[in-house]
Amino acid sequence: MPVGRRKGDKMKELSIYIHIPFCVRKCLYCDFLSAPAESGEMENYVNLLLREIKTQSIFYGDHRVISIFLGGGTPSLLPAADVGRILEQIGNNYSVAADVEITVECNPKTAMGEKLKHYITYGINRLSIGLQSTDDEELARIGRIHSYRDFLETYSLAREAGFCNINVDLMAGLPGQGVDSYRRTLERVVALSPEHISAYSLILEEGTPLYVNQSAYSFPTEDEDREMYAFTGRYLAEAGYGRYEISNYAREGFACRHNQVYWRRGDYVGFGLGASSMVRNVRWKNPQTHADYAAYVTRMMQTGADEVQQLSQEEQMEEFMFLGLRLMEGVDMEAFHRMFGKSMEEVYGETIAAFEAQGLLERKGCRLSLTLRGIDVSNMIFAAFLF
Amino acid sequence: MAAMDQSKIRNFCIVAHIDHGKSTLADRIIEKTGLLTSREMQAQILDNMDLERERGITIKAQTVRIVYQAKDGNEYIFNLIDTPGHVDFNYEVSRALAACDGAILVVDAAQGIEAQTLANVYLALDHDLDVFPVINKIDLPSAEPERVKNEIEDVIGIEAQDAPLISAKNGIGIEDVLEAIVEKIPAPKGSPDNPLQALIFDSVYDSYKGVIVFCRIKEGRVKKGTKIKMMATGAAAEVVEVGYFGAGQFIPCDELAAGMVGYLTASIKNVKDTAVGDTVTDMENPCEKPLPGYKKVNSMVYCGMYPADGAKYPDLRDALEKLKLNDASLNYEPETSIALGFGFRCGFLGLLHLEIIQERLEREYNLDLVTTAPGVIYRVYKTNGEMIELTNPSNLPDPSEIDYMEEPVVSAEIMVTTEFIGPIMQLCQERRGRYVSTEYIEASRALLKYELPLNEIIYDFFDALKSRSRGYASFDYELKGYEQSKLVKLDILINHEEVDALSFIVHADSAYERGRKMCEKLKEEIPRHLFEIPIQAAVGGKIIARETVKAVRKDVLAKCYGGDITRKKKLLEKQKEGKKRMRQVGSVEIPQSAFMSVLKLDDN
Repeated sequence: MPVGRRKGDKMKELSIYIHIPFCVRKCLYCDFLSAPAESGEMENYVNLLLREIKTQSIFYGDHRVISIFLGGGTPSLLPAADVGRILEQIGNNYSVAADVEITVECNPKTAMGEKLKHYITYGINRLSIGLQSTDDEELARIGRIHSYRDFLETYSLAREAGFCNINVDLMAGLPGQGVDSYRRTLERVVALSPEHISAYSLILEEGTPLYVNQSAYSFPTEDEDREMYAFTGRYLAEAGYGRYEISNYAREGFACRHNQVYWRRGDYVGFGLGASSMVRNVRWKNPQTHADYAAYVTRMMQTGADEVQQLSQEEQMEEFMFLGLRLMEGVDMEAFHRMFGKSMEEVYGETIAAFEAQGLLERKGCRLSLTLRGIDVSNMIFAAFLF
Repeated sequence: MAAMDQSKIRNFCIVAHIDHGKSTLADRIIEKTGLLTSREMQAQILDNMDLERERGITIKAQTVRIVYQAKDGNEYIFNLIDTPGHVDFNYEVSRALAACDGAILVVDAAQGIEAQTLANVYLALDHDLDVFPVINKIDLPSAEPERVKNEIEDVIGIEAQDAPLISAKNGIGIEDVLEAIVEKIPAPKGSPDNPLQALIFDSVYDSYKGVIVFCRIKEGRVKKGTKIKMMATGAAAEVVEVGYFGAGQFIPCDELAAGMVGYLTASIKNVKDTAVGDTVTDMENPCEKPLPGYKKVNSMVYCGMYPADGAKYPDLRDALEKLKLNDASLNYEPETSIALGFGFRCGFLGLLHLEIIQERLEREYNLDLVTTAPGVIYRVYKTNGEMIELTNPSNLPDPSEIDYMEEPVVSAEIMVTTEFIGPIMQLCQERRGRYVSTEYIEASRALLKYELPLNEIIYDFFDALKSRSRGYASFDYELKGYEQSKLVKLDILINHEEVDALSFIVHADSAYERGRKMCEKLKEEIPRHLFEIPIQAAVGGKIIARETVKAVRKDVLAKCYGGDITRKKKLLEKQKEGKKRMRQVGSVEIPQSAFMSVLKLDDN
């Protein structure tokens, strides 16, 4: 469903992201803010989160929450009761839409029987499961703690518990992965018929063990990577999954509402360690160490957030383009004009014309979007929209 | 200063191999003569350009006049004339030597004689200078003063047994050097009553005084109001001021007379009028003939210099103009490249001179430059009998109009320890060298003589020499002349378009090898585009090598997590930033570094 202000609704829409920076063990490719938790640490952290959620609520009296996303790390590592307290705290302090989308990320092996049933009772209506691959050797090589069997178990328990909106995360370009094994992963997952599939390419992030030791691994060749990537789009389309964003596919009506808020530049606030927010064209980030975060929360946010940035009009235009173009529906040229008082043609005319000529961007009515070829090289295109 | 007793003047210079301690010794001499306190001294007084200090070499000859109270109770005037220490500036060295009556030869007690030492000593002896040696760095653990003394006597043939043993760095033995200057360097000759005959050995431009001419008065006298004439360039002027050289300053005096070293100013606007080696005389009482040895200095190496930012072209022009005021051996003229836009074709004495100018432009004038491959001057003899001197490969006439071509050849001397003779000879062969001779200096060291085409040594010969001899080889050369050669123009085509700034002249036999290496190097340098880019090397329209930069197939951002847009934007900005340093050639963006990276192709 489209996100935006609905007619007759005076309240602005808000999405909430909750960061859970704990995991059983860090995966070898992971550069997110996450680490194995020590005893007592989780409980302290949840208490800080509860306090932050409450303190911050005074700023969002005129907002209605349309989506909540618990990401990490591995949020499913938290005791179910803690997840319940977090959501309860939001319910008690914010105006929450009746049809709110609430997603929890979970890893197989950490989300089992009772926990999933509790999730349903807290109102969680979407589960995002990090599978990455159905090949156990591939999983082990990137440091995942679970097997394909563990995933199958979690998946069926989730269905039993009553989840009817499940996302499965997959990765292409893993070390030792072949086109055939990737194809098999995709086929097995589609056979389970989840509502949503995210298929990313592995990116070697600087500083991760995989990056540091990359010479010790054999990665798919560029041609193989390319083939996996092409297969994804083709196969998922045949299987009835529509691509709505560069790496995201969903059955009709199951596009992730929370994710689209990022691309459409809706207001969102992030709670927890290092969480990012953007509200009314101001971006900021929470402190990134536990000590700084604790000080930030207990001193009523007086210590200030990191990287606070009031976006200039130019920066807003840049974001409008490089975020909006990630969505297959593209950007709305009329909306651009309304928002900035200048036509897109006036600001980006030459750039757009050059990409159109190369078959990388296309116009449909008042919308401008990436072509299939444009998706492949989207970074180069996005970079060109920066001033 | 009253008329100075000629017998109390000593005009000398210090000759040495680079690093053997010439500038440090000069500093100590100045310090010991008491004209300056230690506090006033910069680390090395004579090298007053930052660049010189960093590179440890002297670029422009400089001079200082000092007063010494000798042990014999007399006061002596020393004129210490500093000389450049690099083969690029050989002619300037020779003129500075001609202004002296003697020279101190500094030899490193550990390293002994090097190719450059020999070259400089022979140059000094050629100018009939009395040379006496000093052995420096005797406090090094590896010092072998006795061996070095014997080497000096054997190889150069000058008396060395009583050579002062010194450490210029630590101030050891400097008194001995000062006394030796008094004893061993002859006083100047010449009569103040003869017609004026003064040798120009350097000049600098000063925005208030105009050109300041550094000269040695051989005969006669000059003072304010003397109407002078430069005998070679024909420029005439009236002297405004004469004086001598304090440390780091000009000290005016009434008159310069035969035997003295000093400066004169005459409201001269251009250093071109005061060429090094020219003779200054009195228009009203001219000397019969000029001093011997004048020669017009010609640029040996040319390259294109372009501002990285095209809008900075006027800034580059202004900067070159200013540098030229002080450097008569720098030449430039505007040129236009399809790939690089507006710039200049610049001529230099050698590669070091080129690098120094480039660094000064970048550092002192804050310019970001793109430099094309340096080349030499080729002589192109056309079928219609015409001869052109080619400095820019793009101007090479059509092959059908060319009868034959000639390239400059140098006589090179390479000093090397015997274990590396093999690798060095091989290097010289690869560079089309013609073997002349091997002379053994001592059991473990030899002097190799080769004739080499200049275009084979201007890029990376020195680096290759050092790497193949583990740093032990030293090298010196002088232009021998022009020889006919089988030369071709190698063109580089990127995406089927010829990139003029990458063309260069090469010997036909090395064209294939060079073309292949260029293509390989460019393949590394040119980023992948949305389309495939062929990189080809061609000679006379025939493709001789090819590489391909594959098209970008996929460039997609990873998962954008938890709405952290700032981080993703930083990645995009990095990508965008990279593009700014590119030159657009046709539809291909070439990084500026690519134009320069192809200069260093030797991978041994």
